[in-house]
Amino acid sequence: MRLRYSDVTPERLYLSRRELMAGAIALAAIGCDAGAEATAAPTPAGAPLKATPNAAYRVQDAPTKFEAASTYNNFYEFGVNKEDPARLGHTLKPRPWHVQVDGLCARPKTFDIEEVLKVAPLEERIYVLRCVEAWSMVIPWIGYPLAALLKQVEPRPGAKYVEFTTLKDPEQFPGQKPGFFGGTLDWPYTEGLRLDEAMHPLTLLTVGMYGQVLPNQNGAPVRVVIPWKYGFKSAKSIVRIRLTDTEPKTAWNKAAPQEYGFYSNVNPTVDHPRWSQGTERRIGEFRRRTTLMFNGYADQVASLYTGMDLKKNY
Amino acid sequence: MTTRGRVALKVGVWVVALVPLARLLYGFAIDDLTVNPIEYVTRELGETALRLLLATLALTPLRIVSGWSWPITLRRLLGLLAFFYAVLHFAVWIVLDHFFDWHTMGDDIVKRPWITVGLTALVLLVPLAATSTTGMIKRLGGRAWRRLHRLVYVAGVLGCLHYIWLAKKVLIQPWVYAAILVLLLAVRLWDAGRGLARRAEQKKAQKIVIGSRG
Repeated sequence: MRLRYSDVTPERLYLSRRELMAGAIALAAIGCDAGAEATAAPTPAGAPLKATPNAAYRVQDAPTKFEAASTYNNFYEFGVNKEDPARLGHTLKPRPWHVQVDGLCARPKTFDIEEVLKVAPLEERIYVLRCVEAWSMVIPWIGYPLAALLKQVEPRPGAKYVEFTTLKDPEQFPGQKPGFFGGTLDWPYTEGLRLDEAMHPLTLLTVGMYGQVLPNQNGAPVRVVIPWKYGFKSAKSIVRIRLTDTEPKTAWNKAAPQEYGFYSNVNPTVDHPRWSQGTERRIGEFRRRTTLMFNGYADQVASLYTGMDLKKNY
Repeated sequence: MTTRGRVALKVGVWVVALVPLARLLYGFAIDDLTVNPIEYVTRELGETALRLLLATLALTPLRIVSGWSWPITLRRLLGLLAFFYAVLHFAVWIVLDHFFDWHTMGDDIVKRPWITVGLTALVLLVPLAATSTTGMIKRLGGRAWRRLHRLVYVAGVLGCLHYIWLAKKVLIQPWVYAAILVLLLAVRLWDAGRGLARRAEQKKAQKIVIGSRG
């Protein structure tokens, strides 16, 4: 299915949804549980997922339309084209699913996905997603801080990094089958964060978006969202989270080290070797926007990088 | 081939070559150009330009291999269509993508090799398009005109390079175009080598004739 330009210009529908949600909060406050219906109302098929909007993490820009956020995806496990994930997403089976959390921690554990959903209360946060390809979207995610899950396994003092591993299964991810000319990325997809980045309150372990369960093409059943970094850092369909003392190898860094560094913080002053990162096109808008330092989250995350040369640590 | 056959062939080329543009215009009319229309339109126009340029470059090798003469009659038309799409591709970049932000575009041309080579390829096509008329061939003289129009090879190489450099390294599509170009150039080289060998043999034969006389 291909999307229309007007489909991604949200406004009216979305505003009405916001009002509904505001109403839902009010109703919830007086003990009436209408949240689920309200959040799910304007979005198409997909199981509704209850979450409490967190006003502290909510950008003011109008959210991108759900249809755009769920049909224009970079998820090479399904294929290299933007429409492949939505087209082939049905091949992924998000249940049953387990997430192994191990490495340098006192209580390593393999969580069933249903357990993952219950580690902390689900909240809705509206973040800007900035792709390294210089486009962006505004997405209402559902999840809770990754820190909550990591605390459950009690990281050891020696743990300095966290490595995320995406499912490797060519039966479920057709893009992982070796092609005629060889493969694309080195599977499984791995990503990583410094432990302090992983524990940062903005780092969201994500299980839903737009009031519903995460669509397969967006990284079901569980992914991370790190809003101050380029989108590819936010690993999808995670099966393993490993605490380690060494900087994890990351998929795109292995494929093109001079283009994709470990940090990959959104930074308008550090260009990609092949294009400027100074501007971006918000999906649904005509003119380019100026890209903000740390994607607009500088107040919250700049202190993580004090004294670091961000040109070298791109 | 009959005149009617040639006309039909040209009409066919016009129709096929304008399909991508028609699809974009139709997409615009019914508001169906993906969720990132500017990127989509830029890519479609660029890829069509490259395809047509390679099609232009395929005509002589086709004649060499098949012995048919009709491919040559399509050279000017296909070349001009390739140029037309390349100009549209560039115009979209200026107007829709950067909205006349000359500073940023200038920066890009200087700093990004893939933009530099892409623009160079387009610039090289300008004199070729301008001298594509029969009148210009006469004015320049066949030899000078042919020499000038060898620039199309350079444009072809730069066009492929432009695509390879701009795409992510894990994608194979740009390399497919490059492989096709290499194949087409190989046919010409092989043919040129064959021509040289033939001429050398003729010279030898002449010498023998001259020698036997003396």
